[in-house]
Amino acid sequence: MASSSCNGRFAGRGPSSVVDVLESEIRAVLADRLPVEFGRARYGAELVLHTTRDSLLPLMLALRDSPALDFAQLMDVCGVDWPERPERFDVVYNLLSLTRNERVTVIVPTDEAQPVPSVAPIWPTATWFERETWDMYGVVFAGLADLRRLLTDYGFEGHPLRKDFPLTGYVEVRYDEEAGRVVQEPVKLTQDFRSFDFMSPWEAMTSLPGDEKVHLNRLPPPEPAQTEGDKP
Amino acid sequence: MSDLAWNREAAPPGAQQDAVLRAVTGEIEEKGFVVANLDKVVNWARTGSLWPMTFGLACCAVPMIHAYMARYDLDRFGIIPRGSPRQSDVMIVAGTLTNKMAPALRKVYDQMSEPRWVISMGSCANGGGYYHYSYSVVRGCDRIVPVDIYVPGCPPTAEALVYGILQLQRKIRRTGTILRG
Repeated sequence: MASSSCNGRFAGRGPSSVVDVLESEIRAVLADRLPVEFGRARYGAELVLHTTRDSLLPLMLALRDSPALDFAQLMDVCGVDWPERPERFDVVYNLLSLTRNERVTVIVPTDEAQPVPSVAPIWPTATWFERETWDMYGVVFAGLADLRRLLTDYGFEGHPLRKDFPLTGYVEVRYDEEAGRVVQEPVKLTQDFRSFDFMSPWEAMTSLPGDEKVHLNRLPPPEPAQTEGDKP
Repeated sequence: MSDLAWNREAAPPGAQQDAVLRAVTGEIEEKGFVVANLDKVVNWARTGSLWPMTFGLACCAVPMIHAYMARYDLDRFGIIPRGSPRQSDVMIVAGTLTNKMAPALRKVYDQMSEPRWVISMGSCANGGGYYHYSYSVVRGCDRIVPVDIYVPGCPPTAEALVYGILQLQRKIRRTGTILRG
């Protein structure tokens, strides 16, 4: 039995692939008690579970505690920002089952105000992951005892990985001789941000003269039917 | 005074330097002392025992460690990495200096005793480098501490760092003074 994460884009093709087996087993465990949508990522090679904030904790407990599933490890918690959506954030949980050698991704949508229940009581490692997600996106986690910033500067304002956060931020630091300490000032760029000119032959030429045949040997894009479950 | 034997011309290793050394040794054996310029002796001591404050912030620390290790072996120059700023003469800022790290870097620099020097190693420490437009990175560590030598590269090779240290020794020899600044 091959691992789903090793076979790449061809893993999900067969009618009884590893991912389908995993999906049917998760369905059997959940027994339609929770609102979960099943999807695929990486051309059908990985299973994605879309759920809601209210059913996150029961789903996670079922994934961890069912002996048939045994997703004992939380590898990562991260965020995604979709500014055009009303619930603009996704919180993504990547789980690993060592006994099955399987991975699964759980995705919960939320917005700036609605808190996501913390999974730190289930996996204590989630504490820093959720602090980082709070720091970078401003997603609020309910039940996390210590919701402080993790990475950015002390007294930092804003959430830098939001799409509406400017790249250069709002403040920069320098050492002030008179004050005798490092001070923060509004950002002032001495060199403007470079805007790349894509009409220039130096930056837009994707074919080198005499090297046109490289396009003939490129792999075709994946079939549309396989990318159906690829939406985040 | 003109017949005093000292390496006035800074002769390179060779026959000429050997002759000077023989003359100096002869003076010690005959008279028991040698006359030399105090500031030159002080500069010789300073350049011969530059103890760097280890400040590896990012991947530039890896070539810095290479320079310390057996192949380039900065111990030959009397350069021994210190863990404490109180014992250090030179700080090698190796890597990306973030806004959050800047007060700590300045505090370490303030704790170093005079005379002290700073080597800025790599693009990020020189001017922000790859992260110049980032919200969290200082656009050059010379916004925080005065820098003596800039070593370019991303990352610089260990040879480049050794060359920068040799340039710093040259700068100390040319501008060094025993007067307190």
